[in-house]
Amino acid sequence: MSISIHSISKNFGAYTALDKISLEVPNGSLTALLGPSGSGKTTLLRIVAGLDFPDPGPGRIAFHGEDVSEVSARKRGVGFVFQHYALFQHMSVAQNIAFGLRVLPSAQRPKKSEIRDRVMELLKLVRLEGLEGRRPHELSGGQRQRVALARALAIRPKVLLLDEPFGALDAQVRKDLRRWLRQFHDEIGLTTLFVTHDQEEALELSDQVVVMRNARIEQVGKPQSVYDQPRSPFVYEFLGNVNKLHEGKNVRYLRPHEIDVLFAAECDPATDVLARVHHLFSAGPIATLTVKLGDGQFIDVELSRKQLDELSLSVGDEVAVRLAARTV
Amino acid sequence: MQQRRVIPGFSLSMGFTITYLSLIILIPLAALFLKAARLGPSEWWEILTSPRLIAAAKLTFGASAAAAVVSTIFGLLVTWVLVRYRFPGRRLLDAMVDLPFALPTAVAGITLTAIYAPNGWIGQYLETWGIQAAYNPLGVFIALTFIGFPFVVRTLQPVMEDFSVEYEEAAATLGAGRWIIFWRVIFPMFVPALITGFTLAFARAIGEYGSVIFISGNLPMQTEILPLLVVSKLEQFQYEAAAVIAAGMLIVSFILLFLINILQRRLNWQNR
Repeated sequence: MSISIHSISKNFGAYTALDKISLEVPNGSLTALLGPSGSGKTTLLRIVAGLDFPDPGPGRIAFHGEDVSEVSARKRGVGFVFQHYALFQHMSVAQNIAFGLRVLPSAQRPKKSEIRDRVMELLKLVRLEGLEGRRPHELSGGQRQRVALARALAIRPKVLLLDEPFGALDAQVRKDLRRWLRQFHDEIGLTTLFVTHDQEEALELSDQVVVMRNARIEQVGKPQSVYDQPRSPFVYEFLGNVNKLHEGKNVRYLRPHEIDVLFAAECDPATDVLARVHHLFSAGPIATLTVKLGDGQFIDVELSRKQLDELSLSVGDEVAVRLAARTV
Repeated sequence: MQQRRVIPGFSLSMGFTITYLSLIILIPLAALFLKAARLGPSEWWEILTSPRLIAAAKLTFGASAAAAVVSTIFGLLVTWVLVRYRFPGRRLLDAMVDLPFALPTAVAGITLTAIYAPNGWIGQYLETWGIQAAYNPLGVFIALTFIGFPFVVRTLQPVMEDFSVEYEEAAATLGAGRWIIFWRVIFPMFVPALITGFTLAFARAIGEYGSVIFISGNLPMQTEILPLLVVSKLEQFQYEAAAVIAAGMLIVSFILLFLINILQRRLNWQNR
């Protein structure tokens, strides 16, 4: 089901968390709400879930065209995965997953055997077969997250909402789970909205990125287009490493990989400037080079290891730098 | 070879701990049992099975258990209000919970007696209902409730303050209503702390003397409590008999607390 967010505002006293936000989350998509802390992304997610309510006014939330603005979290039918999972500590994994089915009114509640089958099916789906008897504190962070996911999916939600899904995990587990979640989403095809402050995560994982800042949406688009055509300096800076080059009154934004380095002898005054190598770092396939320009500004450049070897540079060498990029 | 420890001072602090525990707990208790051991098994049996003692034991353990149960229920309610809501006077109310800790128990006893006596503020109304609170087992129960209640609040409070609202929100998004959220999510997480609070209130009530003796009236076979029998034996210079009653109380209390401890271990989700 698609999610339509129309003109949602939220103020906490004098503080504005959301300022007339409108957004379409297409059916079956995996959409990232990306922004720094305090940008309003978690508040927006909570409002979609019905855990917070927007300020009174024209603001509306609809799932697949059906207005759910007045529906409580209990009846809204969303799957919500909390940042710290909020697994019920006194229940086993199986009891956690079955919770949403067990609390249904008796007329709608499936039979015990059906609940059991559904729990087993979900455990298989999140690859936790055999752990149904464990308690949450006996699981690793990644396993807990998948239990939380299975618990949210048990009620067959209309949409899936994830708050900082990888925020509480180690770097390695985070990468594995990210890949797994993408695959998982493609398999089940449930409309998913997740919050993150990690641009790499948002770009790698999602179909659509929503960049938020100061209670407003800064830009919406596919990861590639948001990355390649940032609409504002903020998006430029937030979506990856960037050099800010001051040229008189203008500021020029350059991604480190968009800059070429040549031998000083090949310098073409029309496009290149001379610079001196200030720092070199070359562990792994990508080498990072910091060069100092004639006017004293520093620029970071990313080269492939091969390019660096061909140039055979060392600190203090003079090089030509080709700044092929646009101004925002 | 002696293993090296990262944290220094183990032998010193352990030595201090054992000395301290010996001086204030083990040696006095051992002395108590030594004193009691001067009497033979038949005298023990005679003292511990006398009808007056049995009646006092029933009242002591019964009223203590009942008071601890009530303290637990109302302690949960009061803690809930103190932790979950913000209202004017909350801090004052919070501080008032500790008063039974600070107040001399005799003062509490005299005050409660004055209020619950047939001509007292509350007693006179109870009287019209045909209920006599003071000089009755009910009075013992009231005094023990007063004494035990803060233990429950103070054990539960930190646990409840740490309880994240996310658990409730998670349960709500899964379709649970307020009632189910309370009974299936919130309450089970408080059970271990509630049992601890109950145990403390119960143990405290068994040994309580000062507040009870005023309100109970100390009628033999009716409103006497065990600590009172110990004191009355002492006043009659029957030190060995007093020691026997005390030792008996100690053994029964220990068994009860031990059983509660086992129950708690089995109910505590953190240990399972």
